[in-house]
Amino acid sequence: MGNITLSNVSKAFGTTVIIPNIDLAIEDGEFVVFVGPSGCGKSTLLRLIAGLEDVSGGTISIDGRDVTNEAPARRKLAMVFQSYALYPHMTVAKNIAFPLKMAGESKEVIDKKVADAARVLNLSNYLERRPGQLSGGQRQRVAIGRAIVRQPTAFLFDEPLSNLDAALRGTMRLEISELHQQLKTTMIYVTHDQIEAMTMADKIVVLNAGNIEQVGSPMELYLKPANLFVAGFIGSPTMNLIKGEPAAKLGAATVGIRPEHLKLSTSEGEWKAKVNVAEHLGSDTILHVQSEIAGAMTVRADGGADIHHGNTVYLTPDPSRLHRFDKDGKAL
Amino acid sequence: MARAVSTRTKIGWTIAAWIVALLIFFPILYTIITSFKTEPEAISGFSLIPSGTLESYWEVQSRYNYFQPFMNSVIISVGSTVLALLVGIPAAWSMAFSPGRFTKDILMWMLSTKMMPAVAVLVPIYLLFRDWGLLDSRIGLTVMLMLINLPIVVWMLYTYFREIPGEILEAARMDGATLWGEIVYVLTPMAVPGIASTLLLNIILAWNESFWTIRLTTVNAAPLTAFITSFSSPQGLFWAKLSAASTLAIAPILIMGWFSQRQLVRGLTFGAVK
Repeated sequence: MGNITLSNVSKAFGTTVIIPNIDLAIEDGEFVVFVGPSGCGKSTLLRLIAGLEDVSGGTISIDGRDVTNEAPARRKLAMVFQSYALYPHMTVAKNIAFPLKMAGESKEVIDKKVADAARVLNLSNYLERRPGQLSGGQRQRVAIGRAIVRQPTAFLFDEPLSNLDAALRGTMRLEISELHQQLKTTMIYVTHDQIEAMTMADKIVVLNAGNIEQVGSPMELYLKPANLFVAGFIGSPTMNLIKGEPAAKLGAATVGIRPEHLKLSTSEGEWKAKVNVAEHLGSDTILHVQSEIAGAMTVRADGGADIHHGNTVYLTPDPSRLHRFDKDGKAL
Repeated sequence: MARAVSTRTKIGWTIAAWIVALLIFFPILYTIITSFKTEPEAISGFSLIPSGTLESYWEVQSRYNYFQPFMNSVIISVGSTVLALLVGIPAAWSMAFSPGRFTKDILMWMLSTKMMPAVAVLVPIYLLFRDWGLLDSRIGLTVMLMLINLPIVVWMLYTYFREIPGEILEAARMDGATLWGEIVYVLTPMAVPGIASTLLLNIILAWNESFWTIRLTTVNAAPLTAFITSFSSPQGLFWAKLSAASTLAIAPILIMGWFSQRQLVRGLTFGAVK
């Protein structure tokens, strides 16, 4: 089991409040992603759950048991760090075996579990190497191996892919998702990369300045952002947010329209705009345009669109895809 | 990009470095040379060529038993170093990984004790040793040298421990290591190079310490420093014998230093060059 419940959790370092007050329930087997800009408190929240930091107020319980004041090891959680935090003086086998050794397992059990984990993670040929002799992706696998051998109630990942190059990040993202399918254990994953959040999560928790802005499935956040912050954070390229007259016409302080929900035409449409930059990605064309009425906007057009810098285009928002926000930024 | 250095400049610097090194080493070299001279030769004036006699060494050995002060030096320097590490490792660990408000002040205060001339506390320490029956005892001297070198040991270890990323210790904590497990299985093995150079430096410092070792011992616990002093006797100075005794006293530490020089240099420049 791996139900994790946070009630009224707060954290302050001296007089600096990082997390004012958070309530959150994580269900067994869920893949939960904490996402937000740097400094939003997402890593601190993860460290509070891990027990590496003490809460300033509130309680944390795992499967109904209050663990607020328990040491990290007793919470039965495993963590994968951003820097991998492998033990440089130990071989891969010893790194993976370390938590089992600390738990006092017998040598036979340790050897078997290490061999199993190594097989799952394709590390069997590297067991006698030291972390310094491995590539970034292999190190990350060792860190994951060290986490899975303990069969923890939940896995905590603290920006585990941010030190890898783009191609490897994509592969590792898949591997972690597959691992979650295999193990069906609760996973909490911290990232500032909304693509990682969208692709991996069952549930995304969007954090901003220590507060939860919205909790929901990736598609819920994409389709129904609760406020301007979530609207601007989730989705790539980001949502166009338009203020002033066009918004007032729709009875809102701000209206949002995603780049993929604007109909593009070279002859007619609601908003006339001039193309500043056209990024031809092959699959899509991303246009950065300047409209007299709606201001600077981004448009996702067809990959074959023959539009270049300086062209004039007309944009028409899909009315069913418009997001309306009041003056406080809340969705209407 | 490496800066271009002309061959002439290189030669110039090499010669300068050799001159400085020879100047520093010269007193030791001259002591060794003198130890191979006869007494009349030794006082007759400056000469770099000895007659090569081993007379002084025989006399030193026959008049005094070299082995006892040598063993005392070994026991005192190794013992005080081991004790200092046992105290210093946990102290430096706590200061490096869970610093409090006053950690920096404590470190400065510890170092400040090294700024005080030792003679300032000679009388109280001597009286304490007398009252506790520690005069001329190896235990007393071991503890004394441990205390004297402790600030340096803690400072050096603190610097090494600071280089170890905190996340690795947190990983150990998540993996179920107790505080003891964390120190034994993770921190200490990672800090071995640092601990080794601290150990080597401390042995050298303790081996050469002469203020307290001479004043707090007479016969039984007298180490090699006291052995040398006994040759500058009231009957007159015997340069050749004094030099032979000095050579015998520094030989072991010189040999140890020679074999561990890489470790020592790495240790002493650690943190300064990355």
